[in-house]
Amino acid sequence: MRSSLLLASLLASPFLLGAGPGVERPIPAGSYLPFYPARAPLGKAQPEAPRKAVAVGAFRLDVRPVTNREYLAFVKANPEWRRSEIGRVFADGSYLKHWRADLSLRSRAEGDKPVTRVSWFAAAAYCRARGKELPTTDQWEYALDDGGHRAERMKDEILAWYSRPNDKVLEAVGRKPANGYGIQDLHALIWEWTLDFNSEMSGSEARSDGTKDENLFCGAGSLNARDPSDYAKFMRYQFRGSLHADYTTGNLGFRCAREETK
Amino acid sequence: MLNPNLMTKTSIAWAVSSTILCLSAWSASDNENLERKIEGQENAILADAPNVPPPITRRHATKVIVNLEVKEVEGRLADGVRYTFWTFGGKVPGKFIRIREGDLVEFHLNNHPDNKMPHNIDLHAVTGQGGGAGASLTAPGHSSVFSFKALNPGLYVYHCATAPVAMHIANGMYGMILVEPADGLPKVDHEYYVMQGDFYTKGPNGQQGLQPFSMEKAIQERPEYVVFNGSVGALAGDGALTAKPGETVRLFVGNGGPNLTSSFHVIGEIFDQVWAEGNTSHVTQNVQTTLIPPGGAAITQFGLNVPATYILVDHALTRAFNKGALGMLKVTGPENKNIYSGKVSDEVYMPEGTNIRVTEQAAKAAPSAKTKIERVERGKNVFTANCMACHQGNGQGIPNAFPPLAASDFLNADKARAIKTVTGGLQGAVTVNGKTFNGVMPAWTLSDEEIANVLTYIYNSWGNSGKEVTPADVKANRAAKSKSAAGAQE
Ligand code: HEC
Ligand SMILES: [Cu+2]
Repeated sequence: MRSSLLLASLLASPFLLGAGPGVERPIPAGSYLPFYPARAPLGKAQPEAPRKAVAVGAFRLDVRPVTNREYLAFVKANPEWRRSEIGRVFADGSYLKHWRADLSLRSRAEGDKPVTRVSWFAAAAYCRARGKELPTTDQWEYALDDGGHRAERMKDEILAWYSRPNDKVLEAVGRKPANGYGIQDLHALIWEWTLDFNSEMSGSEARSDGTKDENLFCGAGSLNARDPSDYAKFMRYQFRGSLHADYTTGNLGFRCAREETK
Repeated sequence: MLNPNLMTKTSIAWAVSSTILCLSAWSASDNENLERKIEGQENAILADAPNVPPPITRRHATKVIVNLEVKEVEGRLADGVRYTFWTFGGKVPGKFIRIREGDLVEFHLNNHPDNKMPHNIDLHAVTGQGGGAGASLTAPGHSSVFSFKALNPGLYVYHCATAPVAMHIANGMYGMILVEPADGLPKVDHEYYVMQGDFYTKGPNGQQGLQPFSMEKAIQERPEYVVFNGSVGALAGDGALTAKPGETVRLFVGNGGPNLTSSFHVIGEIFDQVWAEGNTSHVTQNVQTTLIPPGGAAITQFGLNVPATYILVDHALTRAFNKGALGMLKVTGPENKNIYSGKVSDEVYMPEGTNIRVTEQAAKAAPSAKTKIERVERGKNVFTANCMACHQGNGQGIPNAFPPLAASDFLNADKARAIKTVTGGLQGAVTVNGKTFNGVMPAWTLSDEEIANVLTYIYNSWGNSGKEVTPADVKANRAAKSKSAAGAQE
């Protein structure tokens, strides 16, 4: 018992792996053009183009998505987030379904793979327990844009990944080159939660309340988009829009971020 | 947005004209359908193309439960060409749904947990926000449920409407729902489901292997493939539709697009009836080609009189010949020479004054090719003029319809047989490179020289054996053939 605990804590230790879990990189402050404009407050007219660039403050972002091993350490320390303990309000029925049991993975190799089948509540709790937050959609997209370098090629690569079915087995994190900010796996591995995933135009719960007229379905989705030919972005926004905070799916994970401390 | 005043005016005009002019009374008004009483409940029977669920026999409205599963699957687009299809039910086109006007439909859209994408559904038969799309955006591993009342009878397209919608449709996310008129449709012997779609692959037509979707070609509306029922040859060979002389066939034809309008035509048939735009209240008779826009449908119906292989095409014919928009309806049974005689004679047609031109032409063609290289050059022209339409410019043929001449084992094995194929035509089952073809190649009334040239061209192209065929070979072959024919008669 003791030795397995020891092993588990060793496995969870940041010093065992090269880049280590939770390793961050600083992302410089800057601005970017969001794909969709910020929503005008209710009752106010949507501002006319040109659309405003959004300022993004300096922040630190995890180099890699959170792995099963890291998440296992988290649920060990926080029993309320275990598969058998979690309240149905906080995660749907397939939460961590791919694990062997509450506190064990199916294989060692699973440990290096990104954790998936986690709800937004769980992901947010994990980051908070690490003194961090989920990145906002602006932060996440800004980090992916990577200062605009390789923009065209990236559009292509991302689209190619999106248009393939899910891989039968997920690859481990950190196997692909980092982008210009030193961040890995932002695409071509999993989808990722963001802090404000459903505040965008496609928030699916809010859709039916009749106040959101910029529905994404059919041609209407392109009405307000920055670049209607960037299919990859549409998919990402539409994916987030299809989620509820308790949803878990086999290809959706997360990473954490935090404000740059001065 | 349409002017609402205009809308009501048109719909009033519509209602008036349809009550007065209605040819076949297949329609009820929205209001009537709103008030229809719902009795009982049943699960919808869904069918994969080219099949259609059985006609509805009940004469009351009911609650129908439809379960449709979205699956992202890799499959065959053409021989050797793979593609990642996004499907309603595992195949392209999606499952055929059949209900009756006035029915209350409880729709379950299930997004398979292994899928990567969120999806939704817009049924053109639905009156309401986004045709259901507003209520059905569904993450992988989840289900959405919504219900609607079938107010208007007709044949309707459904499709995914998740952004970027053109890509979801280009990957195969479309199908059809038939809302039967309250009194049903007239009885026929066969009902089939055919749906056209355009596909945009990174690689050019025919490029082997798994082909990713090309956003550029989609935006430029330049498809590499235009097909019926999800792949090149889906309705040919073993997949061909079948019927017998004397039977009536109804085709439910839809167009998923996303971009091209179909000029739907069946070679060798005339549609006795077309319910254009998928409406069930107005019928047109004796139609040759009917236009089906993306997101639109038509019901066509015809009686079969004589046996033949009828070819379904988009009559924008490069799509049929080069991109795959070709299907078959095989009708086997006794001939009826009163309706179609077949070829009764083959004579030289020579209106006054043309004989001179012919001899001139013959004279021009006369100097025979002196070298093999010359033969190949001239043979290429003969090929382009006579053979390319079926066997294709690259000699690859069309799967299930026209055999390949490229690297053809049939061709390379036996020169005399190849000559006989061209001089005498070929029909019945033949196996070329392991695939069986059962079509008809006409006999060619070409000169010995032309046949020698075209065959030499073929033998020296596309990985064939490099043989030369001379006019003397052809002549000898013809002589041998008539001798053996004479022998057979004795
Ligand atoms: C109307 C369509 C059509 C045209 C035009 C046509 N063919 Fe064919 N060809 C066929 C079909 C169909 C077959 C297979 C017949 C069968 O299934 O019995 C065939 C078979 C063949 C074969 C033997 C099978 C093989 O693949 O090696 C040769 C050789 C051939 N054709 C040569 C020609 C040449 C040369 C021309 C031009 C002079 C030509 N064809 C024009 C339809 C056509
Ligand atoms: Cu879709």
